Amino acid sequence: MIELTVNGEARSHAGDPAMPLLWYLRDSLGLTGAKYGCGVGLCGACTVHLEGDAVRACLVSVADAAGKSVVTVEGLDPAGDHPVQQAWRNLNVPQCGFCQTGQIMQAAALVARNPAASDEEITEAMSGNICRCGCYQRIHAAVRQVVGGA
Amino acid sequence: MLGYLKQEFAGREGPATPQATGAESPVVASLEKIDRRRFLQLTGAAGVFAVALRVLPAEAMEPYPTGAAGMPNGTVADPHVFVAIAEDGTVTIVAHRSEMGTGSRTSLPMVVADELEADWARVRVVQAPGDEPRYGNQDTDGSRSLRHFVQPMRQCGAALRAMLEAAAAAEWGVDPGRVRAVDHEVVLLGDTSRRLGYGALAAAAMAQPVPPFDSLRFKPESEFRYIGKGEIAIVDLRDITTGTASFGADPRLPGMKVAVVARPPVVGGTVKSYDASETLKLPGVERVVEIAGSTPPAKFAPLGGIAVVADNTWTALQGRNRLRIEWDDGPNGGYDSTAFEAAMRETARKPGKAIRTQGDPEAAFAAAERVVSAEYYQPHMIHAPMEPPVAIASVTADRAEVWAPVQSPYGTRQDVAELLGLPIEAVTVNVTLLGGGFGRKSKCDYVQEAALVSKAVGAPVKLQWTREDEIRHGFYHTTSVERIEAAIDGAGKVSGWRHRSVAPSILSTFAPDSGYQFPIEHGMGFVDMPFDIPNVACENGQAMAHTRIGWFRAVSNLPRAFAVQSFVGELAYALGRDPKEMLLELIGPARVIDPAAAGMPEDFWNYGEPYESFPIDTGRLRGVVELAAEKAGWGKALPEREGLGIAAHRSFVSYIASVVHVKVGEDGTISVPEVTTAVDCGFCINPERVASQMEGAAVMGMTLALHSAVTYARGRVEQSNFYDYEMARMDRYPGKVGVHIVEHPFSVHASGVGEPGLPPFAPALANAIFAATGKRLRDLPFGERIA
Ligand code: FES
Ligand code: FES
Repeated sequence: MIELTVNGEARSHAGDPAMPLLWYLRDSLGLTGAKYGCGVGLCGACTVHLEGDAVRACLVSVADAAGKSVVTVEGLDPAGDHPVQQAWRNLNVPQCGFCQTGQIMQAAALVARNPAASDEEITEAMSGNICRCGCYQRIHAAVRQVVGGA
Repeated sequence: MLGYLKQEFAGREGPATPQATGAESPVVASLEKIDRRRFLQLTGAAGVFAVALRVLPAEAMEPYPTGAAGMPNGTVADPHVFVAIAEDGTVTIVAHRSEMGTGSRTSLPMVVADELEADWARVRVVQAPGDEPRYGNQDTDGSRSLRHFVQPMRQCGAALRAMLEAAAAAEWGVDPGRVRAVDHEVVLLGDTSRRLGYGALAAAAMAQPVPPFDSLRFKPESEFRYIGKGEIAIVDLRDITTGTASFGADPRLPGMKVAVVARPPVVGGTVKSYDASETLKLPGVERVVEIAGSTPPAKFAPLGGIAVVADNTWTALQGRNRLRIEWDDGPNGGYDSTAFEAAMRETARKPGKAIRTQGDPEAAFAAAERVVSAEYYQPHMIHAPMEPPVAIASVTADRAEVWAPVQSPYGTRQDVAELLGLPIEAVTVNVTLLGGGFGRKSKCDYVQEAALVSKAVGAPVKLQWTREDEIRHGFYHTTSVERIEAAIDGAGKVSGWRHRSVAPSILSTFAPDSGYQFPIEHGMGFVDMPFDIPNVACENGQAMAHTRIGWFRAVSNLPRAFAVQSFVGELAYALGRDPKEMLLELIGPARVIDPAAAGMPEDFWNYGEPYESFPIDTGRLRGVVELAAEKAGWGKALPEREGLGIAAHRSFVSYIASVVHVKVGEDGTISVPEVTTAVDCGFCINPERVASQMEGAAVMGMTLALHSAVTYARGRVEQSNFYDYEMARMDRYPGKVGVHIVEHPFSVHASGVGEPGLPPFAPALANAIFAATGKRLRDLPFGERIA
């Protein structure tokens, strides 16, 4: 039995310890904010926070998360009004929206770690997240809005 | 597209005759009236976005015929179908087109709300299930949602506004001429104390007869509150940013299983034998189900294979890995894309089937002082929407219900009904948000698979495709060789044009393959070539399909615009001309092209639109060339190894030009600091979403130009995930995309937006790379760096 914390709640998992966190969150817990886009760490659609770091939930197993704290987009802010979420709304960032929860979790980890990120640092931090619709210009501008200096 | 195909096969009905309208006083609309600060904030980059302002003539709302009349189930404008008003005044508007990122789920209800004089803050939007007899056509493709439904949605809103006014007039016992609907309530003119909210009037209003079109009073453009402004957020914005928006994989049904399918690696292949014993030993695996295969042409029938059904996704995937399957590859087992490319080039060097002949091209070439020729290649591509195909189906003996991200909800419903042998009334298709579509989700094979597996296991099933499945088992953008030759006369003018197009046809997915393309493909940047050249030959050479060919955002326009617009750059170089001036000279004077006089075929396909409503207007094509060039600073001095390239293309009856600014590093690395795009999409309903489509098209354009190639060996797709089918990322996207929209009144008909931004990008980039380095790239994709 694996114990972990998800969005502040104690959770346990009795199944295959190798199950990726992504499928545990989605299938077992019904938390569908993290999305499946590639399954191999190449797109960032599944991004969640593990002990505050942005990680790819498709690459982290439930066993890897044992005893640790996981935050998904559903738990990012109790009212859904994290500054990153607000900036996304200010700029009407999404097109289809599918990649955006992963983008937001990636950006939220960045601004927590580096509240004065430069344009290059934003680009570097966000380049692991694919947006097939091509919202990068607005994603960059939204992160810029949060860290200031625009 | 599917609708177009149906149209093609069924024979087209004539367009509806426009009716007279009770027009309001003429007004002058101007984007000066919009809240520019909010607009810039929404577009996310103040200073990047600008709108070309133009003094507009006074306009009244005049109806016009569109291709919607020829689409299956046409249009519906009945307020009872699209709008409900609750007692508390909440207005619920139905979005009947699928939302895949263009914003139509916001923009069409916004059109209703504006004509209805509803307060957008009190509007909610609900998604229609697949039901075309009720809602009108729902095939969300072909960049048609706003083009075909802006008129019916205006009519719907105006009719309900009239019904609310009639209900209030009856309540007050006054002449309807004395009341006016304004901002979610009806007021008595001249007595401001008399007002009734929409909620209070709802029941009586809905009981009113729906007024006929020609009795309606439409809002003058100057009174639009939302249309043309670009100030409202997409309706799903909050849900998307909080993770509560529901995409295809997100609904949960009690007792739902998860299935993944092992499909034949070659199209048309079958299962020879299989052993699932190791799979079935895995705890959590419940069943394996064999799905019958299909032989092309099979439309959207499943490819067949073995489905593994488990209690969660991870276990289903593990179970699939343990299957041992022996495949029979069938007739496509020898498909090799390198050999096929060589064969297509051979074909393109010989005369093909004449599709368009204008003047005497043979004589022009015989008399030419010199001939310039070039050959362009585009490989297969796959859509790669961020959300791979997925569908949930719950099938019982006499009913089926589906939840799925589909572009064609009613087509899906018809296909599922036929597959299961159920009457259409027994099938429900609920449409989730689509995590991208790009044409892939018009093809419902994944829904059919879900329905078959649910039926077999007697439980609701979510059928999930992996990224590898998506890349290896899709419907591929065709591969093509486009060869163009130009005859140059003694005066240095282009006197003859010969374009040979060789590409497997989409038609091969629907009908026995002739190897020749059909009018819909001919109409996309081939026979509609708008240049002012007296002698033209467009020929189509034969190429048989060896995989499933399907439409991909912008379809045949991609290889054609790449070839034609790259070739313009080559001609400019050959003749020592400035590329933009060369392009304008070839386009020639502003005029409306007469297709017959230009030798275009009798079955010339104009995106399904009546030509009178959406003619080829070279003045508008010139306009976007001039606008993009001006905004990009065409002709400005640039450092070494930097260059500007321009391309312009009409598609989906819109006109787009892009100028790409490229920097080529010493090691050949291609980067694009800026793209400038000018858009003429007629009357612009939601400029903010038009801008977002153009921004996105530049990114997807970059992906296609640099990376996108699906290749085949032994009939098998060689790519599998984002490491070998790469996407442009933030570190390799055009740093800044400036979008400039040509402003028009409603009388310049709203045209396509979702697709037409894409075709100009690759040729503009190729032309820019030539300007920067003198290297001409004719084969897509270019790779991250040039040699
Ligand atoms: S699904 Fe995890 S990185 Fe793509
Ligand atoms: S918004 Fe569609 S993939 Fe990013």
